[in-house]
Amino acid sequence: MKARDVIDFAAGALRGYRMRSLLMLLAMAIGVAAVVVLTSLGEGARRYVANQFSALGTNLLIVLPGRSETAGASPATLLGETPRDLTLDDARALERSRHIRRVAPVSLGTSVVSWRSRERDSVILGSSAEFLPLRHWNMAQGRFLPAGDLDNAEAVCVIGENVRRELFGMHRALGEWLRIGEYRFRVIGILESKGQSIGVNTKNLIMIPVASAQQIFNNPSLFRILVEARSREAMPLAKRDILDIIRDRHQGEEDITVITQDAVLATFDRIFSALTYTVGGIAAISLAVAGILIMNVMLVAVTQRTAEIGLLKALGAPGRHILLLFVAEAALLSAAGAVIGMALGQLGSYALRTAFPELPAWAPWWASLAAIGTAMITGVLFSLLPARRAARLDPVMALARRQT
Amino acid sequence: MIELRNLRRDFQVGDQTVHALADINLRVAAGEYLAVTGPSGSGKSTLLNVLGLLDHPSGGHYLFEGRDTTTLDDQAQAELRNRRIGFVFQFFHLVPRLTARQNVELPMILAGIEPRERARRASHTLARLGMSDRVHHRPDQLSGGQRQRVAIARAVVMQPALLLADEPTGNLDQASGADVIRILEDLNQQGITLVVVTHDQSIASRAHRRVHIVDGRIDQDSGGNEGA
Repeated sequence: MKARDVIDFAAGALRGYRMRSLLMLLAMAIGVAAVVVLTSLGEGARRYVANQFSALGTNLLIVLPGRSETAGASPATLLGETPRDLTLDDARALERSRHIRRVAPVSLGTSVVSWRSRERDSVILGSSAEFLPLRHWNMAQGRFLPAGDLDNAEAVCVIGENVRRELFGMHRALGEWLRIGEYRFRVIGILESKGQSIGVNTKNLIMIPVASAQQIFNNPSLFRILVEARSREAMPLAKRDILDIIRDRHQGEEDITVITQDAVLATFDRIFSALTYTVGGIAAISLAVAGILIMNVMLVAVTQRTAEIGLLKALGAPGRHILLLFVAEAALLSAAGAVIGMALGQLGSYALRTAFPELPAWAPWWASLAAIGTAMITGVLFSLLPARRAARLDPVMALARRQT
Repeated sequence: MIELRNLRRDFQVGDQTVHALADINLRVAAGEYLAVTGPSGSGKSTLLNVLGLLDHPSGGHYLFEGRDTTTLDDQAQAELRNRRIGFVFQFFHLVPRLTARQNVELPMILAGIEPRERARRASHTLARLGMSDRVHHRPDQLSGGQRQRVAIARAVVMQPALLLADEPTGNLDQASGADVIRILEDLNQQGITLVVVTHDQSIASRAHRRVHIVDGRIDQDSGGNEGA
């Protein structure tokens, strides 16, 4: 029997039992579509988080005061001392490392901001000129904080879009003086909106020189120091340098924590990949269910078509031809179901992307392949039992039934 | 052409063994026209199934064209059924979703014959049986007599040596039944060996040789060459 004839015959049988074929097709399609949509959702979430982190900056290291691990007892823990603060001098010292390209100290707080009669609370972020390139931010208007000595508390500020709109409205903001706490600052630039980025929204932000922020908050310690390594390969070296430099400055005490963006990203990546695998796996169960449905329906088909099977045997079909015919039927159904499911799934993830533009919900290629593969394998595998039953059918018994 | 030696076929019904065929010895020469008769349950259909390699004897030997079929595997038996044996059934057994020609093409599909050759031979065979105008009809658009003609066309399209008919007129009216018998006899005239199972005496009487079976044994054989 030729392959083409096997397929033709199987397709003819499928057309002959339209309802049954459509139902199996539907089950397969739903299974495949579920895998595609759910994995695209998981993958979308992963990429969303990854984008958020890469928006932080490249080759970024974050220096925090205090040690995140408690390894052994140091005199400090015994005496209940708080860890030493990070200072501007610490930040300046870091610039010595040849593995470090940029250093931006960050001082953070909130304060009341006012212009004429309007006022609002705002997040005040004190930093240096390096902050802008380090975070890959851009200016919408004007210029960023001036470069120069970190101790120079210039009375200039850069504001976010929401701050500009709420304080100045239609009025031109550049060059105006606004009041932050007890101090007056001249607006020299407006930040380009970048949307939410790990807790800090550029729209609601006011940036001032770090020394000015220390004055306003009357606090010489830094919230953290952002460091950009020279390259990706330099990141471990930069991290070691940071630890060495700060330890030297803190009387041999290692009382800071250095987070690399990669480490954070890798953690999230693992979490979301696991999530994607999990939802993909759950969706694959529906494929297995579809496979069992195929088995059921094929068993019924074998019973329904005993006379036909007996006839084929009488006409000279050996058992393996019969087996082949039934497996081909299941394989055709699975393939058609997989194609329809693929289309439905792509449509579904397209709908997701349309509804949530921030979510890059593209099904990963491995999930699409796995969905199609699982559909084909379950379809064929679960049809083997009914097909074997058909192949072993006794032709005498099969033909004994009345049929036209 | 056919030789049965001490052939037995037992069925297990509950804890009882039923001898559907017991100790059958039979020789059929090529080109013979044989009618097998007997009361219901006498084993005549079982005999036909064994002859057609649809049923396996429980004992004894069945030589088809000199080959002992009891030692052949599924594949070889299927090939014999495909190329050397044709079946005509009481209930036609046409595939309802296929047209007359597609039904006739079935054995050729199984044999792996090219589509164009299949169509040519199927049309030719249907035409020989006076069915040229029904080639593209499905079974439910055909009368009983026409269905049986399609079934006969399917049985002979591979040009088998042996044609087995199990009550071929059992489901037909008098006229179509006579028609079908005439077709079968024509085929026999052209050299095919014809074995008809029937309980209709008028049909059996037309055969050149009659074998009467009772309780799984050959009771009478007009050919009389039993045990040869």
